[in-house]
Amino acid sequence: MKLIKLEGEIGIVELSGVKKEISLSLLDNVKKGDYLIIHAGFAIQKLDEKEAQETLKIWEEIESIE
Amino acid sequence: MKYIDEFRDKKVSKHISNKIKNLVDGQDKKITLMEVCGTHTMSIFKAGIRSLLPPNINLLSGPGCPVCVTPNYYLDKAIAYSRLPFVIICTFGDMIKVPGSSSSLEEEKGSGGDIRVVYSPIESMKIAMENKDKSVIFLGVGFETTTPLVASTIIKAKEEGIKNLFVLSGHKLIPPAMIALLKSKELKIDGFICPGHVSTIIGAEPYSQVAEEYKVPSVITGFEPLDILEGVLMLVNQIVNGTESKVEIEYKRAVKKEGNIKALSVMNNVFYVSDSEWRGMGIIPDSGYFIRDEFSNFDVEKNIDVKVEETKEHPECICGEVLRGVKIPTDCSLFKFVCNPENPVGPCMVSSEGTCAAYYKYGKD
Repeated sequence: MKLIKLEGEIGIVELSGVKKEISLSLLDNVKKGDYLIIHAGFAIQKLDEKEAQETLKIWEEIESIE
Repeated sequence: MKYIDEFRDKKVSKHISNKIKNLVDGQDKKITLMEVCGTHTMSIFKAGIRSLLPPNINLLSGPGCPVCVTPNYYLDKAIAYSRLPFVIICTFGDMIKVPGSSSSLEEEKGSGGDIRVVYSPIESMKIAMENKDKSVIFLGVGFETTTPLVASTIIKAKEEGIKNLFVLSGHKLIPPAMIALLKSKELKIDGFICPGHVSTIIGAEPYSQVAEEYKVPSVITGFEPLDILEGVLMLVNQIVNGTESKVEIEYKRAVKKEGNIKALSVMNNVFYVSDSEWRGMGIIPDSGYFIRDEFSNFDVEKNIDVKVEETKEHPECICGEVLRGVKIPTDCSLFKFVCNPENPVGPCMVSSEGTCAAYYKYGKD
C-alpha cells in the first residue's frame, strides 16, 4: 500500500482508494510515496523498486530466450 | 509500479513453469517441497500452482498457520480468562471459532464473555484506555511477523502508563519448527519455500542451519503466483544442479538479508526466546517468545491467576499430522462432512490460512 501521509509514527496508506491509518513505529527512513507491506496495522517493510525491477528483468529475459 | 499486476503475468508463468519442467525432465525422483506459511498455502491453491508443476514435484503444507499451531492448552487458558467477570479479551478474528478442549471463544461470547475482535494489537491498547475498570487481555498469537507489533504495543502502553493491558503470549518462531520436522525424519523434505512476511522481519540468516547443517535448500519466496513459481524454480535448480544447499531470496523487493533491524530490536527488547509447545509437534526447543521481566506487568500469566481445565484433544482430528505434513486433509475421516468451515472440529479448518480450509475452499487440485 502506498504511503500518502505521515506524521511522526502515524502514517496513512492507500490502496485503490481505500485509506488506512497505520503505525510506522517498526520502520525507519520512510517517506511519502513509498510502498509499504502492512500487517495488522503496522508497516513491517518497504518495497524496494530497484529490486522489483531486477526480478521483472529476469523474467523478461526468460521470455526472450524461449 | 504497483507491485501487483507485474507479478501475475500469465505468459511469464508459462515460461517459468516450462523451465521447471525442463529441469526435472527425465528424472523420476520425487521432489517434495514444503511451504511453512499459511499465506503461501492459500496462494498456491488460489493460483492453481500445482497444475503448473510436473507430477513428480509435490507441494506440502507445513506448520505455517499461527492459529493452527497454537495448542489446546493456550485456547483453554484464554477461555478460562474470558470467564472472569473483570476481563475483556481482545483477539485476531481467526481465534474466535477455534475449539478448545470443551468450549471456544465464540461460545463464551455467546454466554456473555466480553470478547472483542481487533484488527491490530494497538486497538487493544485503546480498549484498555476506555475501560480502566477492566483487565484487557490481548491474545498474542502469531510468528515473527506479528510479535514485533505486540512488542511495540507493549512499549507504547508502558510509555502511556497503562496498567490494565496484558498479553497472553503464544508467539512462535518458524525456523525451529523447520528444524524439528527435519530432525524427526518423519518425511523427506527436499526444499523449503520459506515464508515471505516472516522473513521481512528475520531476514535470511535464521534459515542457514536448515540449509547448511541439514542440507535442505531454502528459498524465501513472495506471494504472487510468479513469485511462487520462481521460488520453486530456484529450489528445483538447487536440488537438481546444486552442489551445496543454500538460503536464497526470491522475494528481494521485500526481504533484506538482515531483515528489519528496527523491528527485531523492538521484539527482542520485550520478548526472550525459550521452549514452546506446538499443536501436533510437542515442545520445540527455543521456538517461543515470552515476555521479559522488565515488562512483566504486561504478562497476564504473571499477574492474573486462573484455573485451566484439563486439556483434551478430539480423538479423530488429524490437524497435528496435517501440520507436520505427514497427512493431508483428505486423509481425515471428519473432513468436509463432519468438519467444515461452518462447523470446524480443528483449527486447520477454522483459520483462513489453515490447510484444511484451503482444501475445502479450493478442492484438491
